[in-house]
Amino acid sequence: MAENQAPNAASDVEMSQYVADRTRVNEDKIKQDDEIIEQFGEYNYGWHDSDAAGQAAKKGIDEDVVRSISVDKHEPDWMLERRLQGYRNFVDRPMPNWGVDLSGFDAQDFKYYVKPLDKQAASWDELPDDIKKTYDKLGIPEAEKKRLVSGVAAQYESEVIYNSIRDDLAEQGVIFMDTDTALQEHPDLFKKYFGTVIPADDNKFAALNTAAWSGGSFVYVPKGVHVDIPLQAYFRINTPNMGQFERTLIIADEGSYVHYVEGCTAPIYSTDSLHAAIVEIIVEPHARVRYTTVQNWSNNVYNLVTQRAYVREGGTMEWVDGNIGSKATMKYPSCILAEPYAKASTMSLGFAGQGQYQDTGAKMIHLAPHTSSTIVSKSISRSGGRAAYRGLVKIVKGAEQSSSSVVCDALLVDEFSRSDTYPHVDVREDDVSMSHEATVSKVSEDQLFYLMSRGLSEEEAMGMIVRGFVEPISRELPMEYALELNRLVELQMEGSVG
Amino acid sequence: MATLEIKDLYASVETKEGRKQILKGVNLTVNSGETHAIMGPNGSGKSTLAYTLAGHPKYIVDSGQALLDGEDILQMTPDERAKAGLFLAMQYPVEVPGVSMSNFLRTAKTEVDGQAPAIRSWAKELSQSMKNLRMDPKFASRSVNEGFSGGEKKRAEVLQLELLKPKFAILDETDSGLDVDALRIVSEGVNRAKENTGLGILMVTHYTRILKYIKPDIVHVFSDGHFVKTGGPELADELEESGYDKYLPEGSNSESALA
Repeated sequence: MAENQAPNAASDVEMSQYVADRTRVNEDKIKQDDEIIEQFGEYNYGWHDSDAAGQAAKKGIDEDVVRSISVDKHEPDWMLERRLQGYRNFVDRPMPNWGVDLSGFDAQDFKYYVKPLDKQAASWDELPDDIKKTYDKLGIPEAEKKRLVSGVAAQYESEVIYNSIRDDLAEQGVIFMDTDTALQEHPDLFKKYFGTVIPADDNKFAALNTAAWSGGSFVYVPKGVHVDIPLQAYFRINTPNMGQFERTLIIADEGSYVHYVEGCTAPIYSTDSLHAAIVEIIVEPHARVRYTTVQNWSNNVYNLVTQRAYVREGGTMEWVDGNIGSKATMKYPSCILAEPYAKASTMSLGFAGQGQYQDTGAKMIHLAPHTSSTIVSKSISRSGGRAAYRGLVKIVKGAEQSSSSVVCDALLVDEFSRSDTYPHVDVREDDVSMSHEATVSKVSEDQLFYLMSRGLSEEEAMGMIVRGFVEPISRELPMEYALELNRLVELQMEGSVG
Repeated sequence: MATLEIKDLYASVETKEGRKQILKGVNLTVNSGETHAIMGPNGSGKSTLAYTLAGHPKYIVDSGQALLDGEDILQMTPDERAKAGLFLAMQYPVEVPGVSMSNFLRTAKTEVDGQAPAIRSWAKELSQSMKNLRMDPKFASRSVNEGFSGGEKKRAEVLQLELLKPKFAILDETDSGLDVDALRIVSEGVNRAKENTGLGILMVTHYTRILKYIKPDIVHVFSDGHFVKTGGPELADELEESGYDKYLPEGSNSESALA
């Protein structure tokens, strides 16, 4: 276990002293510094819509709230029972005392169910103007029109308000709909898989999700079907103190392929919001699933998400996880390599700016021979932000000829930020190969000087270094998301040099 | 015709023992088309001169000027100096992982020129320059300096020199770590750049072997932070024969001082 902390840990006094010192260096820079200081906290998705449904919703959770969600959704009894089981587990379990700081977290502060519309819209035009404008600003209908996606789901507060899939895919039997509708329309398939990968008592926040889940995507790809262009989901929190608990279930049947991409944003509020999602994925034999997240929650959102895939023989699971936003993220996309020749990879990027704590990583559980996993984790910390890699690689007795490789790289942009690595390795079989590499680097004066001596300004030089650092992740993203990620990183980096 | 005029330059570096003055009154004028060899023992301050002129933040200018066509570049940030026409080929070029050479070169060219180069002519120029330096085309897609051998790094520096077309180039120990073939290829690159653009060159070295390939017009001996002797190419031959000992200050030896 390595811990690397800059000598002057996050301290606003030192930060302002630093800015002041740099200001004195050159009169011309004062104006520039002012602009930079204004940009701290700049966030392009920070607007919010008018909010009647959100205002009417009440805060807090108890058994009655759980029951009323279930009643409102006309759910079968087994689902209500599952929700109540989740709720009791949530109450019984202690708060995690590791990872991000949850001392200010109170489950009763959040609204658990905000229903913005009576029914899902069949087209973007049917949406109320303010909600439609939100998605226009985010560029979602445009992406659909240009066929950059095979299907779109848009979740607003607790409900998926728009969901579509390309006709030819629907004809091939691909199901892509919101999870609530799927429970009604595909009850058998749903019951067969729901909660099998992440049970109701998995962890405190998975339990809370099980109690309060609403929305999310249900995806079923039939045997042998390849969904050539990604399915895209967009999650938006609008109301203050919102708790969003989407529940996604993806089943890739034998030999199929699908890439699911999710993006997340929220307005900036002075009070906290909560995003506690569950993503369960079943990769049937020789199927391949890629799940990509570009998470850009505003800096008042707790992002406590459980993602896990169950991978069967010869199947491949790939998590690509970009965490740019949020106040605090705890997220460790996991794979259970249950049968021989299953493969998995997690590529994650955490960007921790001022006031942010990104506790991210991956878990790989090898239960069968000839399974392989790869973890590539990159983090950037700046302005006192804190990023951690927390990972588990477990290889059980009998999973011979398995291999795992872990690479985690941390980049510290200044003296005030922090990076930690918590790798956990549990190998019970001799005939395996396992590697772990971890590096922590600082953007060096020499790197900046080198690029500046070739004509790049200090900001451009810093941007180029950071873009280079995230390149192994961004090249894995669909083009428009790679551009988005680079733009977000750049936005986050603005003001990093004074 | 451009002129780089260094006037009475004093500069220091912060060390653990406090501030230490390295440059002690440097005076030098370089015109376009001239090649000056700056020779001297280890620790004499040659590299400090190179990095001070390019604006490395480690070096603090105490007094003096460096006028590039009348503008004092010492008042400028390193990128402004590059835009003004100064280039430093570094002894130890820095790695920038994840940034491809082609992206880096194009960005640098755009910044130095103030506009993006036309794509077609740029691609042609890049591939021709790389061919001249015997660089594999795959080089363009590798990360800047990452995993480059010593010779590859030096070639990449000269490639930048050829493409960015500065008015003045400082070559800091460009000959170090090169075998004979690489030295010749790199030297030819410098000579080509000079022929094409008429640039002025400040060549910092402590060996004379590079001078067989890049002919200096003027040779300077640098010792204890300033020039102690200036002459023609024959001065290099004299140094080859008798070394730097007679130019060292009293009571010092060539290994002790700061590089």
